[in-house]
Amino acid sequence: MSEKEVITRQSLRFDELWTYDPAPESPDYVKIEEQYNLFIDGKFQEPASGRYFETINPANEKLLSRVARADKSDLDMAVAAARKAYDGIWSRMPAKERGKYIYRIARLLQERAREFAILESMDTGKPIRESRDIDIPIVIAHFFYYAGWADKLKYAFPGVDPRPLGVAGQIIPWNFPLLMAAWKIAPALATGNTVVIKPASSTPLTLLRLGELIRDAGLPAGVVNIVTGPGEIGSAIANHPGIDKIAFTGSTEIGRTIQEASLRTGKKYTLELGGKAANIVFDDAPVEEAVEGIVNGIFFNQGHVCCAGSRLLVQEGVADELVHKLKMRMETLILGDPLDKNTDIGAINSKGQLDSILGYLTEGVDNGQQIYQTKCELPEKGYWCRPTLVENVSQSHRIVQEEVFGPVLTIQTFRTPAEAVSLANNSPYGLSGGVWTDKGSKIFKVGKGIRAGVIWANTFNKFDPTSPFGGYKESGMGREGGIHGLLPYLELS
Amino acid sequence: MSNRLNVLKTCKLYIGGKFSRSESEHYFQAFDKKQKLLANLCRASRKDLRNAIQAARKVQADWGGRTAYNRGQILYRMAEMMEGRRDQFIAELECAAVSRRRAENETDAAIDRLVHYAGWTDKYSALFSSVNPVASPHFNFSIPEPTGVVGIAAPDDYPLVGLISLIAPVIAGGNTCVVLSSEKYGSVACTLAEVIHSSDVPGGVVNVLTGFRADLVPPLATHMDVNAVLSAADDPEQKKNIQENAHINVKRVHLYDGTDWMKDESQSPYYIMDFQEIKTTWHPVGT
Repeated sequence: MSEKEVITRQSLRFDELWTYDPAPESPDYVKIEEQYNLFIDGKFQEPASGRYFETINPANEKLLSRVARADKSDLDMAVAAARKAYDGIWSRMPAKERGKYIYRIARLLQERAREFAILESMDTGKPIRESRDIDIPIVIAHFFYYAGWADKLKYAFPGVDPRPLGVAGQIIPWNFPLLMAAWKIAPALATGNTVVIKPASSTPLTLLRLGELIRDAGLPAGVVNIVTGPGEIGSAIANHPGIDKIAFTGSTEIGRTIQEASLRTGKKYTLELGGKAANIVFDDAPVEEAVEGIVNGIFFNQGHVCCAGSRLLVQEGVADELVHKLKMRMETLILGDPLDKNTDIGAINSKGQLDSILGYLTEGVDNGQQIYQTKCELPEKGYWCRPTLVENVSQSHRIVQEEVFGPVLTIQTFRTPAEAVSLANNSPYGLSGGVWTDKGSKIFKVGKGIRAGVIWANTFNKFDPTSPFGGYKESGMGREGGIHGLLPYLELS
Repeated sequence: MSNRLNVLKTCKLYIGGKFSRSESEHYFQAFDKKQKLLANLCRASRKDLRNAIQAARKVQADWGGRTAYNRGQILYRMAEMMEGRRDQFIAELECAAVSRRRAENETDAAIDRLVHYAGWTDKYSALFSSVNPVASPHFNFSIPEPTGVVGIAAPDDYPLVGLISLIAPVIAGGNTCVVLSSEKYGSVACTLAEVIHSSDVPGGVVNVLTGFRADLVPPLATHMDVNAVLSAADDPEQKKNIQENAHINVKRVHLYDGTDWMKDESQSPYYIMDFQEIKTTWHPVGT
């Protein structure tokens, strides 16, 4: 009997022994308007064009709401409102008062946390377990953390006097809509800037609801303005002469255009772009923990994560055992209704994204890659992709080089730590990396070798407002979170 | 002695720790302040630039991986070597550019600036690192690491202290660099390269190219293996070129305008931080 068969005999058989009854959160709890307007100067206003676009639930393709399509004149109004609020109120207000407003946002969010979680899962397709336990709690923690910085900025950077920049233009992605909004709005407000922010066109609802909450919190009109619309409005923000600073999270492709525009217009800018993180498992790693970390690294949020551990690098000695255990564990993942509390894998965010992921897999088959997908059933409606492993890949394959942004993990093996580091760094990206080993000295050596902004050692995909996050190389510049996350919004002199 | 013919120096490029002529064998002429021929300088080509970038990349991990103490000692050694050549720098500056008095002041300021940054190598990290009190059972810390390979376009004014003020914080922070020297005062940069060469600075950490910035800035700005570009050269067109091309590989761009490099305020750890990335490491706490 081969070693492999022994392992198979001992493998977990959750599918036969354990069944789960459906445990959905009720969406009735959340009232969604038929139509949402732009949040400008403290009021919800109709767009100048009178046009609206649809946002759907990717898990069932049903219409959720219609959202205002801003054009240039709406953006001009939003920027003017932000400027007026900056000059007239926000930059002059005693810092501790500013802080108290931000604390108020955090508290109001805590009170309405479940509602925000449900809405986020409906608009993005992410499992309620994640929006409830990760997205929304970290959103709240972020506001709470940066609120406290407002009156302490002079202690943050030695020898200089920090000042706000003015109006910050912020453009955020669809994978963590409210979380990315919090990462941007909280430090901007704490440092005394005002904000014009644009959510992704497929996931605008939680940010608009945050607009309502900000209005209810009594923030002065114009301190936060929300413009919804297609990509062109993002590009208009990047080029707007009335905006002093751009903060962008999204693809490296768009990030480049933002950088080009910002340098041309002389704006300060920070970019949080794509990634292709290596998750490195050494043969002295705790295998069970590593399997959990790999699963969390790539299947968290359906792999729609810029810092996802999308490349598994495993040392040869442990490769067979690890991949076998990984497959067993993957079979236990429950794919389905994002609002069900048992769901591990939700819906792919959009049809376009699903097509892009499937394109990589089709090409993979053509390239002789070995593709393994779990056997779970897919719902009839909505956009879905089974958890996927891709073996027999080479470093030059597109699926190894490019950001797939889906639940797709490539597997490569290595022999020495130096080879692992070299493979990890063989990428234009440098956002994150994972190291799994029981040996502390190896963690420091390999962690230092990986050219990336976040290293997770014996863990993965952990986030905290006190902890700076951001990329090296083409993964962007500037940090969000922690003391370093203040810098993008301050002039030091 | 008065009949003795003095020996002129051949000015060369400094690439990968070696003094070499331009592979193109092109040259240009530098003049002193009385418009007398001072020297034939190498007019670096695009290929020279690429070779320099390659040399800088090759040694970056080694230089960035040195202990901060070691980098500090090497920068201090550069100051020692400059002090030994103080009279030569003063004479060259006076001949090429400025009054005797100013040449003395500038040389002294340049030496002192090196000492200043030598002292920062093992301190900035402590100032700009953090241990982050995350709300989960993890130990989490953030530290600065070098950005990588930095392209530097030097200013024409302050040919010595300007040059040192750009190079010192970049290499103090563990980066390597390719320097496009002042066009007017390239000979000073050549002499500085000799100081670097005799100061235990590993070959390739600082590469010095003389030539026309118009030839070299565009290929520098578009090079995919350069992580950051720093320009203090007073040339809006070239700065624009750098800005327009940075996005190709998301280069970090820092443009210093009208800085008075003689002043003490023109040195700080924030110049080092312009070329640092923050790395955050997480590890679980448990048994």
